Amino acid sequence: MTAFAAIVLRDVALAFRAGGGGLQVVLFFVLAALLFALALGPDRATLAASAASLLWAAALFSAIVSFDRMFEAEFEDGSVDTLVETSEVLELRVLAKATAHWLSTSLPVIAAAPIVALLLNLPADRLWPLLASLLVGTPALSLFGAFGSAAAMALRRAGLLVALLTAPVMAPTLIFGALAATGGAEAEPSMLYLAAITLLAAIIGPVAGAAVLRLNMN
Amino acid sequence: MLTEFANPEKFERIARIAGPAATVAALACAATGLYFGLVASPPDYQQGDTVRIMYVHVPAAWLALFAYVFIAGASVVGFAWKHPLADVAAKSAAPIGAVFTALALITGSIWGKPMWGAWWAWDARLTSMLILFFLYLGYIAVWEAFEDKGRAARIAAIVATVGVVNVPIIHFSVDHWSSLHQKASVFRSDGPTIDPAMLTPLLIMAAAYMAGFVGLLIASMRNEIAARRLARIEAARPVSEVLLQ
Repeated sequence: MTAFAAIVLRDVALAFRAGGGGLQVVLFFVLAALLFALALGPDRATLAASAASLLWAAALFSAIVSFDRMFEAEFEDGSVDTLVETSEVLELRVLAKATAHWLSTSLPVIAAAPIVALLLNLPADRLWPLLASLLVGTPALSLFGAFGSAAAMALRRAGLLVALLTAPVMAPTLIFGALAATGGAEAEPSMLYLAAITLLAAIIGPVAGAAVLRLNMN
Repeated sequence: MLTEFANPEKFERIARIAGPAATVAALACAATGLYFGLVASPPDYQQGDTVRIMYVHVPAAWLALFAYVFIAGASVVGFAWKHPLADVAAKSAAPIGAVFTALALITGSIWGKPMWGAWWAWDARLTSMLILFFLYLGYIAVWEAFEDKGRAARIAAIVATVGVVNVPIIHFSVDHWSSLHQKASVFRSDGPTIDPAMLTPLLIMAAAYMAGFVGLLIASMRNEIAARRLARIEAARPVSEVLLQ
């Protein structure tokens, strides 16, 4: 477990230090929401009705654009060999990478979400369901992303392939995330489904991610 | 039986007969199925003649799902036993399955125009077909992306496995998300609710699509095997010979 913690701490530190671009994801998230609002028009009622869904879509896009850097640097400098060869349970290391990705991209995005929600005129009583659904659902994005970026890490310009591989698989997360965030009678069962998807992703992501990581080695 | 087909020579000997035979069977079934479907079956009491799109639409959707499960199954065989023909089968089935998915989407949208008054409705099954289409494209893209075909095969195998695990979840979530479409009427625990006069041509058409899938798959696999053999021969030629050409 110390290796797990070391990987998480290292990746998070790298993301937030100079050149890591940790806060750029948050900027992207705010910009995406801004562009959605520009496309929809300034009508406050329309914005209020779609705010929760827009924020979920923006959070998903923020995760997708940051997937390619999960294993890229390690692959370029060769340290991914060490990551694979020194591990007893490679799945745990992939889980650590996904955790670090979530801490350095989705968590800052969730922290920025209340401000963007304010801009989009989200009703105040919808804020807590939105934040709760993001907290429960976004880990699934990082977990599926760990698999996608491990699969494509050896390729140049892998970004689009990672998006193509992960986006269809993340569709259920977005569906239940947006339903849970919008509230109403659907909110509670959707939140439970969302939690189930995240737990399932915690198995699929690391297991499949470790498998493709090994294949990309030899 | 599996190890029997690992030898490309043996496969070729059987495929040379089985492939065209499947294609002929597909054409025969399609001819009978279309006759019964378009001429000899009654129009629907609500949908009228529009219901006849069902005979080309529903089997395409079945085959689209079947081909993806087939790819995942072949991938597991290829991955676990390093069976060379299983990889070829999985790779060859992908474009065929993608075409069936596209066919299901297009015929579904043509069916939707008179039924919903729009070319596209975000109905559960059309939407999950669309997501399935992207799963196919992602799988094909992996094969394209890696130059080393051995590595491509193994990574694509895992991509297909992850995809097939997610297909029921995607289907369930999309079903939950939308509820416009009519409920399933053939695969139900209390037996099909569809009239036998319509069910028979539908099943004949399903057999035609299935035989067509097998025929195309075998042709495509023979192509792939020949292309690989050709690539090996090319690679083995001495440089002087290539330069002199």
